[in-house]
Amino acid sequence: MALTQYKYMDVIHRCFRCGYCKFPQDWEDVDNCPSYARYRLESYSNGGRLWLIRAWMNGEIELSDHLADIVYSCVGCKNCEEKCPLSFSEDILNMVIAARNLMVEQGRVPAAVKKYLINVQLHGNPYGLASKKRSDWMEGLDLEPFKDQEYLYFVGSEGAYDSRAQFAGAALARLLQRAEVPFGVLGNDETDDGNEVEMLGEDGLMEMVAEKNICRFKALGVKKIITLSPHTYNAFKNIYPRFGGNFEVKHYSQLLPDLIKEGRILPPKLDNVSITYHDPCFLGRWNGEYKAPRKALQAIDGAHLIEMARNRKSALCCGGGSGNYYTDLLGGSEDSPARIRARQAHATGADILAVACPNCLTMLEDAVKVEGLEEKIKVKDIAELFERVVN
Amino acid sequence: MDSITKALMDIVGEDYVSNKTEELFTYSKDLGTSEPQWPDYVATPKTAEEVSRIIKLANEEKLAVVPLGGGLSLAGLALPLKGGITVDLKRMDRILKLNKIGRFIVVEAGISNGKVAAHLHKHAPDLMHSEPGAPAAATIGGNLAIHGQGDLAHPYGFNSDMVNGMEVVLPTGEICQFGSCALGNDWYTLHPLPDLQLFMGWSGCTGIITKVSLRLFPCKKNIEQDMFIVEDEKLIPKILYELTHVGMAEDLVAISQEIPPPFNRLHCILINLSGDSKEELEFKRKLIFDGKLTKYIQEGSGGIGAVGQRVERPQVTKTSDWRKGGGFEYVGAIVPVSFYPDCYRRGSEISQRHGIPYTVLGRVIGSGHGMMFSWTYAFNRADEDTVRHAREALHETDEMVLEMGGTLWKPAVFGQKLVMDRMDPNTLQMMKKVKHLLDPNGIMNPGNWEVA
Repeated sequence: MALTQYKYMDVIHRCFRCGYCKFPQDWEDVDNCPSYARYRLESYSNGGRLWLIRAWMNGEIELSDHLADIVYSCVGCKNCEEKCPLSFSEDILNMVIAARNLMVEQGRVPAAVKKYLINVQLHGNPYGLASKKRSDWMEGLDLEPFKDQEYLYFVGSEGAYDSRAQFAGAALARLLQRAEVPFGVLGNDETDDGNEVEMLGEDGLMEMVAEKNICRFKALGVKKIITLSPHTYNAFKNIYPRFGGNFEVKHYSQLLPDLIKEGRILPPKLDNVSITYHDPCFLGRWNGEYKAPRKALQAIDGAHLIEMARNRKSALCCGGGSGNYYTDLLGGSEDSPARIRARQAHATGADILAVACPNCLTMLEDAVKVEGLEEKIKVKDIAELFERVVN
Repeated sequence: MDSITKALMDIVGEDYVSNKTEELFTYSKDLGTSEPQWPDYVATPKTAEEVSRIIKLANEEKLAVVPLGGGLSLAGLALPLKGGITVDLKRMDRILKLNKIGRFIVVEAGISNGKVAAHLHKHAPDLMHSEPGAPAAATIGGNLAIHGQGDLAHPYGFNSDMVNGMEVVLPTGEICQFGSCALGNDWYTLHPLPDLQLFMGWSGCTGIITKVSLRLFPCKKNIEQDMFIVEDEKLIPKILYELTHVGMAEDLVAISQEIPPPFNRLHCILINLSGDSKEELEFKRKLIFDGKLTKYIQEGSGGIGAVGQRVERPQVTKTSDWRKGGGFEYVGAIVPVSFYPDCYRRGSEISQRHGIPYTVLGRVIGSGHGMMFSWTYAFNRADEDTVRHAREALHETDEMVLEMGGTLWKPAVFGQKLVMDRMDPNTLQMMKKVKHLLDPNGIMNPGNWEVA
C-alpha cells in the first residue's frame, strides 16, 4: 500500500543514483559514505536508500526489518549533501529522516533504535542508566549548579555516562574553571539533548525533550550555553529555535582561540608531538566550523598538526552519528567507518588523533584498539589535550 | 538459507551477499528507461579468484552471471535479464601499480574513474587518463566493456584503444591475462601478440574484466575551455576538420541544446586546450582562433562564445534533473563527423515529437576519424508518460542511426537486435561461435548480444 503521507514524495524521485554521494571532495574513493563503506552494496548508499524509500512509499516493496536496518544505517554525516550536484541536495537527509518518522509511527524500527528511544524517554539518556547517576562524572570537580552564571555547561548524555567520554567532560570542566569562565551545571537535572532523537525520526519525543530542556533553561535564566558535544551544539543551535528555545550556544572548541589569546588558557607544552584532527560531522559539515579546533591545536607548543587526506568537508565520519555509537548498525567489520578512519589517522604518522566530540572519541578509541594501533596513536579530545591529561 | 546463498557467502563473505528483497530491488533497477529485471542474488567479490569461484558455481548451477561496474551505461546493460547473480565489482578497486616513466597504471577493474583521477592528481600530477563524460563513479572495467570514450578521445581515440593489458575471468572460470603481462612481464603493452580481444564492447557477455593496465597521457598544468558558436549546423564538419588538422585541442565537442533558451538552435564547439605555460596555451589558442576560426567571425557565420573557461568535471548528472524527475537516457552512436548536420536535425525532430527538449552532442574521436554522437532524452521518473515518451524516442533514434549509416554504441537490447539484424551473416555467425566457445552454458549476461 502506498504511503501518501510521506512529505518528500514530490522530490524523492529526483535522485538519479549517480554515485556522487559516495565521494569526498577530491574524489579519492567511493567510501566516504559510512554505510556504503561498511557494506559496499548499492542499497546502503544514500542514492540506493532514497530509491528504496520511494519504493516503500509507492508500495513496490514492503517495510521489512532489513529495510529498517538500511534506512537507519545512515549516520547523517551530510557527506552526500556536500557532494550531490543536484538542487535538492540539502533535503537528502530530510528525506531519510522523514522515512524514519513513518517507521517510528508504525513501530517498525530496528530493536537497538527502539531501545535507544525508550531509554531517552524513560531515563533521559540512551544508555538506560539512572538519572540520579548523571552527575557521577562531576565527582571531585567541585562544580557549581547553574544559578546565574554567564554560561551553562551542558555535558550531554555521552559526557555524563560513557566511561571514556566522562574524562573529556571532566577535562573541559577543569579547563573552564582554570580559565575562570563563569559557568554552572545542571547535574542530575540535565537530560538528553535530543539531537539523535531527531535524527532517528522520533518527532514526538524530540518535541518533549526540547520543551523540557527549554523550559528548564528559561526557568533558570540560561542565556549562554557551552556544549561538550557537537551533537548537543547542533540541537540547541538548529533544532531548539523551532520550539521557542533561542540561546547563545557555543561548542567549547569555539571558545578556545579567544581564551588562549586572552591568556586565560595556557596551551600545553608537548615534546615534538604530531597531531591529526578528525572533524566531527555536527561541528564541520552540519555547522561549518572547521577553523576554531585547528586554531586551538596549532597553539599547542611542541606539537604540529598533520591533516588527514580527508579533512573538513571531506572528513570521513566515525560512524557514530544518528545514534550509531549506541545502535552499532555499522560495526563488526574492518570496513566499519571508525576503523577506516583510525587507519587514515595512523597513515598520517601522527602520535595523537585529536577529536572534539565525545561520540567520535569513543568510536575512534575503540577502533584504534581493534586495529591494534593503541601503542602508535592516542585518541584524545581537545579538551583533554589542553587539560594536560596526555599520557 | 538456500544452498546458493550459502555457497556465495563461503566465497565472498557473509556481508557481501544478499538475496533479500531490498538488494534485489536495488539491483533490478537501471538509471535509464529500462524495465526492472530482478536478480536472484547479489554478490560483491574482492578478488579475481572470488569472481572465478562465483562463475564456476554459476556454471554448476546453470545460473546467469551479470557483471556490474558503476551501473551508469543507462542502457540496462547490467540488468539481469534472465535472473541469476549480479556481481557488483566495485570492491575490486585497488591501484596495483603506477609506472610514471612507462605512462601506465594497473588497476582492478571495479575502480572508479574518480579514484584513478584523484590518485594521479596526487601521485603523478603530470599524467592523466581519458575520463569518460559519465559521473566519477563509472568504473574503468565497465567503460571498457562498452567501448567507452573520454576527454582524450580527440588525440588518442577510444578508451579501449588505451589498454596496455588486461586480466579477464572467462565464462568458465579461468583467469587469463592478455598482453605483455601474460608473459609474466610488466603491463606495458597489449600488442604484438596474436589478437585475442574478445572482451571489450561485449558488455560482459564473454567474461569479466578484473584488471586493466591503462595508458596515461601528459597532463598539462593549465587547462581551459573555449567555445566557438555557429548558427548553421552544416559548418560543423568543416570547422572540426580544420581544428583536427591543427591538432592542438585536448577535447573537441560540438553540442546543441534547447535549454538554456538563448542557446536553442545554436551549435557550440567546446575546445579544451591545455598547456604547461601561458605561452603554450596562448600559442595553441592563436593557432586555433587566429589560424582557423577568424574567417568565420569575419564572414559573420560564427562567434566566440567564451575563452579561458574553467573545465568542470563531468556533471552529466544535472541532465537528469532537467525535468525535475531524476532520469535521462541517451542513444550513442559512432558516426562520421560529416553526419553532424543530419544527426542534429533528425534528433531534434524526434525530441520535438515526444515533447522533450532536445540535446545533441558530438565528441570527436581521433583526428576526425569519427564522432560519438549522442541524443539525450530526459524524463521524469515519477511520470510514466514521460518515461514512455523517452523510451519511444530512444527506439526511434536507434532506428534512425542505423538507417542513416551510423553504428550504435553500447545499445540496449532493442538496439542490439537492430544491429544484429543488419550485420553481415558471416560476422554474426562468428560472434555466435565465439560466444559459444567461451561460454558454453550461456551464463554470461544472457539476453545481451544474443545471436539467434
